[in-house]
Amino acid sequence: MAIVSRGFQGRRREESVKLPPGQYLTYDFPVLSAGPTPRIPLDRWEFAIDTEAGQTHRWTWPELMALPAEQPTVDLHCVTKWSKLATHWRGVSLDVLMADVETTAEYALVYSYGGYTTNLPLEDLLDGKAWIAYAFEGEELEPQHGGPARLLVPHLYLWKSAKWVRGIRLLHEDWPGFWETAGYHDYGDPWREQRYQGD
Amino acid sequence: MRPLPWRAAKLVEIRQETRTARTLAFAVPGWPGHLAGQHVDVRLTAPDGYSTQRSYSLAAPEDGDRVELTVELVADGEVSPYLTEVLEVGDLVELRGPVGGWFVWRPESARPVLLVAGGSGLVPLMAMIRARRRSAGLAPFHLVYSIREPAQRLYPAELDRPDPGLRVDYLYTRATPGGYGRPPGRITRADLLTADPDADCFVCGPTGFVEAAADHLIALGHDAARIRTERFGPTGG
Ligand SMILES: Cc1cc2nc3c(=O)[nH]c(=O)nc-3n(C[C@H](O)[C@H](O)[C@H](O)COP(=O)(O)OP(=O)(O)OC[C@H]3O[C@@H](n4cnc5c(N)ncnc54)[C@H](O)[C@@H]3O)c2cc1C
Repeated sequence: MAIVSRGFQGRRREESVKLPPGQYLTYDFPVLSAGPTPRIPLDRWEFAIDTEAGQTHRWTWPELMALPAEQPTVDLHCVTKWSKLATHWRGVSLDVLMADVETTAEYALVYSYGGYTTNLPLEDLLDGKAWIAYAFEGEELEPQHGGPARLLVPHLYLWKSAKWVRGIRLLHEDWPGFWETAGYHDYGDPWREQRYQGD
Repeated sequence: MRPLPWRAAKLVEIRQETRTARTLAFAVPGWPGHLAGQHVDVRLTAPDGYSTQRSYSLAAPEDGDRVELTVELVADGEVSPYLTEVLEVGDLVELRGPVGGWFVWRPESARPVLLVAGGSGLVPLMAMIRARRRSAGLAPFHLVYSIREPAQRLYPAELDRPDPGLRVDYLYTRATPGGYGRPPGRITRADLLTADPDADCFVCGPTGFVEAAADHLIALGHDAARIRTERFGPTGG
């Protein structure tokens, strides 16, 4: 049972939108990162998928650009409480990137330029649920928001959508990433308010 | 593993820090303790059941059941005007934490520390300064603190008091005190030139400030792996 705070009314709610518990609506695009923003020149950029059998599939920037792109419109939910609705992205579906990858792994550890990591079940990256995104609202993705390319997996809290993504390691075991090691939830479903370990 | 519980927090003391910021000390029965740099989630609930949450840094090191936050008013905000203008001693909010195991400083560390604060971004860094003082720590600390004008300084008396091993530099972005050597302006690379290049860096403040300061540190040769950042909000000084 929640405790009522004397004299607190809260902002007039927009009745039509339903947000995950504990989230509020924002119209800016706040930034959350644990360190400085890395800058990755496109001629040195690459993205890799490493399988549990030791095979590596790689894409350079021109190769990524040559793949069929999708333009998902998605809601974003950050663990620091803000949600941003109906954001427009452009990127390559993980289904396209995984098409020729042979694996029986159940987990994925996503790693980034700058050393960031985050983990999630592989099935959360498939079936139209995740993209390697490189444009936001019709513009190239800014470095502070993860450019040149970030993972976009909007049904989980945004820390799972690793900025500056560099690759995905497929694993038989779940391997906790950066925030997951620092007390944040292993899965991070905003609708079940899985912010911290044990939620 | 059990979830971090929501705890009732009763306001026991208010200290007005500036015209727009105040420190709130709560009594939180069962508080498990925390490290300097961590934060809490605060939840406010209205009589009709509507509730909302925000994060606030812990302003002081662990002290039994006592938890201190310093909140800066954000005009048009939903939560900060309530915390800075409405809440009175004896009132209750809910709080959960501590949260965040990365942006922390541990008193065992003797490594040099650079703290770079923009506005209310000073709050978690002040917890580190206080934790160092309390533990009589030997780590050299250097605080670079950017605010709009002198009247916006948080904890001015405490920061002016001598604290051996702590150096404090102020950067003003709009107006300086009379005779101040540095003209008003945003943080530049030159402002960080005298920082120890080997220091553990903690950078906290509004997003734009943190981006700029962290970029300057990288350009000056600081190792990205030694720069920890916390971004408070989208805009501001
Ligand atoms: C980890 C963490 C620690 C934090 N620690 C502190 C702290 O110690 N002290 C403190 O005062 N705040 C702190 N904050 C910021 C705090 O959580 C709130 O964002 C802030 O109080 C504004 O909330 P609000 O409900 O008043 O405004 P909202 O209703 O959320 O926002 C109102 C308007 O102000 C803008 N806005 C939101 N936040 C800020 C901001 N910080 N500066 C300027 N404009 C903003 C919004 O974009 C919006 O346009 C912290 C944030 C994080 C993520």
